[in-house]
Amino acid sequence: MAERFDAVVVGAGPAGSAAALALARERFSVLLVERGRAAGAKNMFGGRVYAWPLFDLLPEWQKDCPVERFVTRESMVFLHGGASLALQFDSPRLGDGRAASFTALRPRFDDWLAKKAEAAGAMLITGIRVDELLMEGGRVRGVVAGPDRIQADVVVLAEGAMGPLAQKAGLLPDLAPPAVSVGIKETVDLPAATIQERFNVGEKEGAAFVFAGEASMGLRGGGFLYTNKASVSLGLVVSSEDLARKKAEVPAVMEGFRMHPAVQRLIRGGKVSEYSAHLVPELGLGMRARFSGDGVLVAGDAAGFLINNGYTFRGVDLAIASGVAAARAAVDARARGDFSAQGLASYERHLRELNVLTDLETFRSAGGYLKNERLFSLYPQLLLGITEKVYTVDGGGKRRISDIIRKEMKGKAPLLRMVRDLIEGARSM
Amino acid sequence: MPPGRPLRILVCIKQVPKAQDLQVDPKTQTLKRVGVPSEINPPDANALEFALRMKDRMPAEIVVLSMGPTSFDESLERAVAMGADRAVLLTDRILGGSDTVPTAHALSETIRKIGGYDLILCGEETTDASTGHVGPGIAGHLDIPQITYISDMEIVDGRVRARRTAEDGSEWWETAMPCLLTVNFGCNRPREPTLSGKIRVKRGGVIVHWSCADVGIDPNKVGLKNSPTIVAKVDTVHLPPRARKMFTGEPREAVAQLLHALVEDGVIRP
Repeated sequence: MAERFDAVVVGAGPAGSAAALALARERFSVLLVERGRAAGAKNMFGGRVYAWPLFDLLPEWQKDCPVERFVTRESMVFLHGGASLALQFDSPRLGDGRAASFTALRPRFDDWLAKKAEAAGAMLITGIRVDELLMEGGRVRGVVAGPDRIQADVVVLAEGAMGPLAQKAGLLPDLAPPAVSVGIKETVDLPAATIQERFNVGEKEGAAFVFAGEASMGLRGGGFLYTNKASVSLGLVVSSEDLARKKAEVPAVMEGFRMHPAVQRLIRGGKVSEYSAHLVPELGLGMRARFSGDGVLVAGDAAGFLINNGYTFRGVDLAIASGVAAARAAVDARARGDFSAQGLASYERHLRELNVLTDLETFRSAGGYLKNERLFSLYPQLLLGITEKVYTVDGGGKRRISDIIRKEMKGKAPLLRMVRDLIEGARSM
Repeated sequence: MPPGRPLRILVCIKQVPKAQDLQVDPKTQTLKRVGVPSEINPPDANALEFALRMKDRMPAEIVVLSMGPTSFDESLERAVAMGADRAVLLTDRILGGSDTVPTAHALSETIRKIGGYDLILCGEETTDASTGHVGPGIAGHLDIPQITYISDMEIVDGRVRARRTAEDGSEWWETAMPCLLTVNFGCNRPREPTLSGKIRVKRGGVIVHWSCADVGIDPNKVGLKNSPTIVAKVDTVHLPPRARKMFTGEPREAVAQLLHALVEDGVIRP
């Protein structure tokens, strides 16, 4: 007996579960298939969720969402040599209302969201890998898993950064090195009281750090640290192209980051309890082919919906919003009785309305800008060098700051190029 | 095989603690069964796979049967997701503490109630008790023929022909149906659950729970009081503590020290 659903969603991460939830509410019969033993079992991310899409999807999300800590302080830290320069921001308005963001653990968060989809009527099946898209007459008609063929009007691919099915369907270009970065994360256990004291936050509050400069040993990329209840997520996102070109080993780069005195101070006494790595799509919009095809929509990481502009890393919020947009497109298609690419074409409009595409477009050039190697080596070096001289009093005669700057820059950075980088940076951010 | 009716195969399974996660309660010296990961008793999984392969070849209905707490649903659901048609769990507090004698009695009564069976398959033994009593016990109670430790079988002219593993080779036995077979551990590789199987489980209605009263089992024949086995003493084998030598210093030096120590202890030869 062949099973049939109105919609099959592949992957019970934030994008898939949000799509399944929204579809089930629109009275689609929904099959949500997850490869891991449970939703979230195979998933990994930096550790932070921007909450805005949850306010619309689940207005009462704060009641039972497994939040670790709400982020109330933001820091950006430049590293060079053993030195660090930190920019710290606190504001009572940070994280207010829809601007809330929180740290979370994926096994719990994803499980929570998947259960919401189940409660809305979607059928969640875990521990099953979808092998193929079921194709008929050149269009997607369902999925194939082992011996089973499951038919559906529409398939939502929320299968994560690797996107094997989206690739096979020609919706995702080949993931050559420039298109992906490598994310590495360690979970370092620390007592909750230590976190509150060390990061100067309340019981439910947390801190977020972005590290620039020597965090990644001169490779293009950056570091992050988020505080959970009783652990911190410490990690790096580094260019896979640079890793290959400089023959750098991922664990060595991570080790170098972790051993930096500025990082050591934050994790001192902690015990590494988890180590994980993940591909991070850096497709940018330019490299994308399509988000939809005949009978199929792509959401979340698989569609490259990720923003890394150097000071915020966003993935989960865009994933949830894109899942919702996919569901809306499917509703439109059902109304027209047409699930072809044309019938599903409103996906792009819904992505735009939910600011997924608009935000991606805004930061389209950030990706290119962040490929500028001077950002990761030369400029942090200058910044730290100047700061060190400014604060050094050793009886050797003090110079004015402007002289210090001029001397530090001499021979290292042609002024014109710096000005150009600065303008370009301001534009792309 | 009766004409015009699919073969009805009953497969008896038990849920056991996962072999690699076995823990012994230091106080009671018994296996911890609560809060440890469980699995279908591996030889029972081989018996189930045996049945599923028969169903791949001929019209058959597979009913999986177990006796235990409702947490056993996890394994029954897995069995259905692998391809069994439905499952019956005999679950009742008064069954608690039953050894192999009341267990074989209770299961045989349940099998009588299911009825209409052609074959009963059991694993050769369980990994948590290793008695191998229950299968033969059921056959005894039902007064049907049995062939134990089988690794292969065929149905020829309505009779079962099975290869039985013996100490010095194997024997082929033949008998009439209905009969009971106990299946060799490791004689096949149990399949993974399928998507459509998991969907059937989710849709519900594939597992029924029966109490002793539902089946008509005499409470005076089951439970701890009616179990003749007495566990007089349990010995735990304690592994000698590990030496835990650490070699520190430069990798080249530390490795040289390690190799030297291994040679010294006779673990490796120079």
